[in-house]
Amino acid sequence: MRRITRLSRFNIASLALGLAFLYLPILILVIYSFNASRLVTVWGGWSLRWYHEFFNDRAMIEAAWMSLRVAVSSATIATLLGTLAAVALSRGERFRGRTLFSGMLYAPLVMPEVITGLSLLLLFVALNAERGFWTVTIAHTTLTMCFVAVVVQSRLGSLDRSLEEAAMDLGCDPVRAFISVTLPLIAPAIAAGWMLAFTLSLDDLVIASFTTGPGSATLPIRIYSEVRLGVKPEINAICTLVIALIAVVIVIASLASKLSSSQGESAAPL
Amino acid sequence: MSSRRIFARPARFAAIAPYVWMVLFFMVPFAFVLKIGLSQTAIAQPPYDPVFDLTAGWDALRGAFAALSFDNFKLLVSDDIYVFAYVRSLTVAITATVLLLLIGYPIAYGMARLPRRWQAVAMVLVIVPFWTSFLIRIYAWINILQHDGLLNQILLALHLVSRPVVWLSTDSAMYIGIVYSYLPFMILPLYATLAKMEPVLEEAAGDLGAPPWQVFWLVTFPLSLPGVGAGVLLCFIPIVGEFVIPDLLAGSNSLMIGQTLWLEFFTNKDWPVASAAAIVLLVVLLVPLLLYERLQKRQLEHER
Repeated sequence: MRRITRLSRFNIASLALGLAFLYLPILILVIYSFNASRLVTVWGGWSLRWYHEFFNDRAMIEAAWMSLRVAVSSATIATLLGTLAAVALSRGERFRGRTLFSGMLYAPLVMPEVITGLSLLLLFVALNAERGFWTVTIAHTTLTMCFVAVVVQSRLGSLDRSLEEAAMDLGCDPVRAFISVTLPLIAPAIAAGWMLAFTLSLDDLVIASFTTGPGSATLPIRIYSEVRLGVKPEINAICTLVIALIAVVIVIASLASKLSSSQGESAAPL
Repeated sequence: MSSRRIFARPARFAAIAPYVWMVLFFMVPFAFVLKIGLSQTAIAQPPYDPVFDLTAGWDALRGAFAALSFDNFKLLVSDDIYVFAYVRSLTVAITATVLLLLIGYPIAYGMARLPRRWQAVAMVLVIVPFWTSFLIRIYAWINILQHDGLLNQILLALHLVSRPVVWLSTDSAMYIGIVYSYLPFMILPLYATLAKMEPVLEEAAGDLGAPPWQVFWLVTFPLSLPGVGAGVLLCFIPIVGEFVIPDLLAGSNSLMIGQTLWLEFFTNKDWPVASAAAIVLLVVLLVPLLLYERLQKRQLEHER
């Protein structure tokens, strides 16, 4: 029997090239952040000089702190609301306004950021809200909620529902069945959703630029204004630190998901 | 069955909080965009209405017949800029999406043919770059593409070029940036459908004598169309409104609509024009957005 489903040389080549394309630029960036030379393209030996520079850059540190606070609070609110939304959509059967609800929920996933950012800003201006930490947090919550909902909903979808039903047949009321049976089972997905929301918030430039006020720039806003002026070794160092932070987050997330699903499902487009 | 129905009732209540949030911070803001985009007196700093000049040539025509003031002239010029920006956004998005499909498909196909155990690893490897910051990934490319950057150094060392090539501020740099940033969005939906496909189908076609390219073209590709659709929409829609990548990598002589919107808003402080631009952008994206919503819904219903 001829087996054409085997991995061909073409398959291997495209995989290798694809992964190299995805990882090499980041790797180069990380390596050059340890470059002693001021010229970004000349290798002057290993050094931590640019990290030192970053930690003495007050404005950058403040921006990083602002970004971290926004990321933690918006990810937390988004996880709470996104999980509720996922539960309603995957367990609520039919309810009035369901179509509008899922439409609204998943639109920010693809909506161009300039539109989301501008519309939120106009709302905040109309409400006369002081722009800064809270406005960015609200904006990021709106943006990231759908990502949490997608992750949690795909987990809920692959869950064996007879477990919930069994708990209720044994006398649990729905809320109790949810808390003691469903919630522990979807906890890893919720954790993964939080991490995703956290990194997305940490990453966002466009929406934050629209919704923040003077004097409260986030890290991407600062990086962006530096990058526009050209490549600076210090930026390499900051980017490497952000990558390291996200790497830690990913490791935790993957450990969490390993704890949960042995069924390798959920190919949700993250 | 009955317990399922009992469970559904409180589950519906879970929708209330996120529902209210999304109405308040997603739907209502659009009303403000509409209002400010259409209003010409109250909030507008220059007292003219850009929307009608953008959409209807009729108004511009009437304006031309009326006293030809400097303002009208300026409007007509800005009108042109907008039309070009929309055309360019669509061209860039279509080109980039085609490139993404051509590059992403072989990778997703390779992933789907890996042994089960390695598929999970490959998927993580594709997702991880998506977690690292968008801005950082673009910045990494600025490092590589600059005048004395790594790419030029390699090309010079290999004697492929005799002097450094200008990469930054060109369309090719922008396309590299877009493909690089959006590749996971293309690969993952493609992989999801390709991995679900029964390998027996391809084998059967092969056993019946079809050469590999015919197997691919007549069996594999048609079956992967849902994934192609999802990947194309997930890439196309955000790319049309893309700001960061063209701003940092492409030249400034022809702007995409996201850039003009940004410019109007932050540099010219012209909120009505920016709002109008946003509305037109939304209208342009309405059909792909509705398609995307339908696809998303179908997939979720399927999962349920």
